[in-house]
Amino acid sequence: MFKFGIRILPRPEVLDTQGRAVEATLKSLGHSVLETKVGRYVQLSIEAKDIAQAQATAKKVSEEVLCNMLIENFEIEVLK
Amino acid sequence: MRKVGVLRFPGTNCDRDIWHAVEQVGDTPQWLWYQDRFNPKDFDSFIVPGGFSYGDYLRSGALAAHAPVMQSLKEASELGYPIFGVCNGFQILCEAQLLPGVLMRNSHLRFLDTMVDLTVINAHKRFGQKLEKGQKVHMPIAHADGCYYVSDDDLKRIQDNQQIYCTYVRNPNGSVADIAGVMNKNKNVVGMMPHPERAMYEWMGSCDGQKFF
Repeated sequence: MFKFGIRILPRPEVLDTQGRAVEATLKSLGHSVLETKVGRYVQLSIEAKDIAQAQATAKKVSEEVLCNMLIENFEIEVLK
Repeated sequence: MRKVGVLRFPGTNCDRDIWHAVEQVGDTPQWLWYQDRFNPKDFDSFIVPGGFSYGDYLRSGALAAHAPVMQSLKEASELGYPIFGVCNGFQILCEAQLLPGVLMRNSHLRFLDTMVDLTVINAHKRFGQKLEKGQKVHMPIAHADGCYYVSDDDLKRIQDNQQIYCTYVRNPNGSVADIAGVMNKNKNVVGMMPHPERAMYEWMGSCDGQKFF
């Protein structure tokens, strides 16, 4: 079994409304925050014969379901 | 009498309103359950109602877009059957890539529940065939994720191909180019955020919705 973390964030050209709202609150508290982006994090445990096959599955489900490629980017990290 | 398949997912909540609207214009609705497949040939057209399918988990419409019934709906789309998505139904059709673009959180982050004025840009051959280009219609919106987004290239493509169905007279949610509804390339699939099924009688505040069924 292989474990992955999928980090999903809005694309830079898309207005990140949640990030903007969080950023405004952080600034109002006096923190010197320049930029805030809000996305989501998904953990997957995948049954596969090797890591390459598991990674291919993680990429496929990220592109097809977890992420909408029109407005979001994702990064996959291997978890221990 | 035309037979209209009405899709239901866990969390769909405008299904009975759509059912009533379909009956009111003299057509025969039939439920289509999200776990079931169907044969498109048994129907004349399909409607995906609004609501909060799968509790809006992941993204609005994202999980419903992969339910078994959507495989049959994709086959129906390829065969050219008319398909109409309203509100969450529009979000589902976008997530299923049956329509271009995606619906994001409203730019001001608030849930909107109000009446809006729309301009019909291009009529659909089945859903809204009584509408004329440039016609103004009045009906409710009720959504948090109604900000329509497409890339600049895709916007030009859908404009050039006359795929824009209707626009807001006053943009309530930050949608690109004031877009409230779009069609696919072949113009058999159409989706809109406003609720025509909630504007069927004068006591509802408008009966303009009748023209969409």
